[in-house]
Amino acid sequence: MKKILAKHKQYIWLAVYLVATVASFLVGFKPGKEVFSNFTEFFIEMITFIPFLFIIVGLFDVWFPKEKVERHIGQESGLKGMFLVIILAMLQAGPLYGAFPVAYILYKKGASIKNIFIYLGAFSSLKIPMLGIEIGYLGIQFTMARTLVSLPLFIAVGYFMEWYLKDRNFKVNQL
Amino acid sequence: MINNAVIFIIVSVVLTVVSFVLDRRKTIMGMKKGLNMFRNIAVPFLNILILVSLVLYIVPPSLIVKYLGAGSGFWGLAIAALVGSITLIPGFISYPIASVLIKQGASYTTVATFMTTLMMVGVVTLPLEIKYFGRNVAILRNVLNFITAIVIGVFVGLFL
Repeated sequence: MKKILAKHKQYIWLAVYLVATVASFLVGFKPGKEVFSNFTEFFIEMITFIPFLFIIVGLFDVWFPKEKVERHIGQESGLKGMFLVIILAMLQAGPLYGAFPVAYILYKKGASIKNIFIYLGAFSSLKIPMLGIEIGYLGIQFTMARTLVSLPLFIAVGYFMEWYLKDRNFKVNQL
Repeated sequence: MINNAVIFIIVSVVLTVVSFVLDRRKTIMGMKKGLNMFRNIAVPFLNILILVSLVLYIVPPSLIVKYLGAGSGFWGLAIAALVGSITLIPGFISYPIASVLIKQGASYTTVATFMTTLMMVGVVTLPLEIKYFGRNVAILRNVLNFITAIVIGVFVGLFL
């Protein structure tokens, strides 16, 4: 029983909410109705773009597999190397702590300190699926402004880290 | 919002057609992958929409304007940066929240700062980060990104 509950935990919220909403409409509970009208608005907002976004992301995934980009990391230096780590970061998904193991791989492959931190910066704010959601929710202007302001700043952070850590035995540990 | 949806629909249709012409098998694989990802986040996403709907009913817009609006100044920025640094909210959840905040009167500066610290600064994940990079580097990276996030917020606010 416990196991079943744990497995379907995510549905419990949904079920409770549905029951509460139906009850609100039956007895004419006004707050319940208002929350539902909020919910409908958000739901429509979501359903009109998220499924399409994931089709785009899925297509990106098969046409530009990140393994292919990963192979070239470390061999390229200069602008091209920087460009490659940013592209690699854009193709990822997930939270920042998922980027640390990749940072280790980059380090192992001989990427520069600068590029490792540029990777982390790009990973946190330029992932394609996230950019898509951001455009959907906050508009293309916001996303463009935020991206264009962020990009030079986290490249600067990369340069700073390299300058600061150059003679300090920097290494990335494997866990 | 409708305009946004139209952009996404057009882009996805065009890409699908181009991809299909180039490689039929790959296209089907990609669409399956995408729809799978959508399936995985659909229920958590609905749950968060329920939560946001509830919170929006409970928290009056005037409160949001007061603490995160254009006039909130330094303290609004500080609240946004601190909350964003400490909490660990997945992106697909934070965007609907950010959109509501803006609609309710929060400024672009506070929202951009909040989103950026959320993405780039991780107090909760700091112990893990220390294991990878060592104490000094991990702390330095977070501090630098914290400052960067505030600068990003201020500039985004200036542009929009």
